[in-house]
Amino acid sequence: MRNVFASCLCLAALNAPAAPFQELLGQYETQARQENPAFNGFSAARGKRFYEEKRVASSGRQSGCFDCHSPNPAQPGKTHANKIIDPMAVSANSKRFTDLQKTEKWFRRNCADLIGRACTAQEKGDFIEFLAHYK
Amino acid sequence: MKKWLPYLLFASTVLSVTALLATSANGQEHESQEPFPKVENAAWHSECSGCHMLYHPALLPTRSWKKIMGGLDQHFGENASLDAAQREEITRFLTSHAADRQLNARSRRIVQSIPPDDAPLRFSSTLYFIAHHDEIPNTLYQRKSIGSASHCAACHHGAEQGEFSESTVRIPR
Repeated sequence: MRNVFASCLCLAALNAPAAPFQELLGQYETQARQENPAFNGFSAARGKRFYEEKRVASSGRQSGCFDCHSPNPAQPGKTHANKIIDPMAVSANSKRFTDLQKTEKWFRRNCADLIGRACTAQEKGDFIEFLAHYK
Repeated sequence: MKKWLPYLLFASTVLSVTALLATSANGQEHESQEPFPKVENAAWHSECSGCHMLYHPALLPTRSWKKIMGGLDQHFGENASLDAAQREEITRFLTSHAADRQLNARSRRIVQSIPPDDAPLRFSSTLYFIAHHDEIPNTLYQRKSIGSASHCAACHHGAEQGEFSESTVRIPR
């Protein structure tokens, strides 16, 4: 009986749907491999550095991801027009990184604003890796 | 001609002009309490309230909305660009309900307050706004609960639905 129970648990684990952000990460991984044949996985540590880096926005303002999204990504952020932004960390906001179109829209805008170019799939994946596992 | 007649005429003129002004002022006061017509468009609602409060299209004229929607990659210092289909849909919506397409008194007055060769990007820069907020010191907008003059909804709680009547204003501390 114990064996049956154990194998049931095993099957349940195998059938458990992957977290929605995994689907996005999978798509960025495919892209990253195309961009760089030596792709070696995503890194939460690189994503953290990216999130915390101080940058100069196209408007000339000192900024960075943390500026609007809060230095603590498990906390809500605030736009320059005083609108609350839901937390970036998946642990605090399960809707984060579940919609590829929305995620791409904001990467497109914010990368252009803060880096002056489109972000690479590697950068996007590192960023999500960091925020998906942030506690 | 009797000596007192000119005085009487003058006095009656003053009285009737005063009465007329008072009536029209009351009329304006009454008209401008009307909310803007209710409008809705899903793309406008979701895309134009991501970073700031939702601004009713009746606050600015067509030429302002065209200018705003034509410069979304530099939208008040931030990149707010949209894909072409959404940008066109939202532009159509905003311009078809713009202040110069409205019959309500407030929109008409807003349009009248803007020089014809000007297309302001901010409602708070119109003479209409300035004249209607002349009793508000700048320091009040800087309160943490307000932030800036562009945050209408901090004091006008129905602003996103187009309700700006003075009786509904509650200034937060």
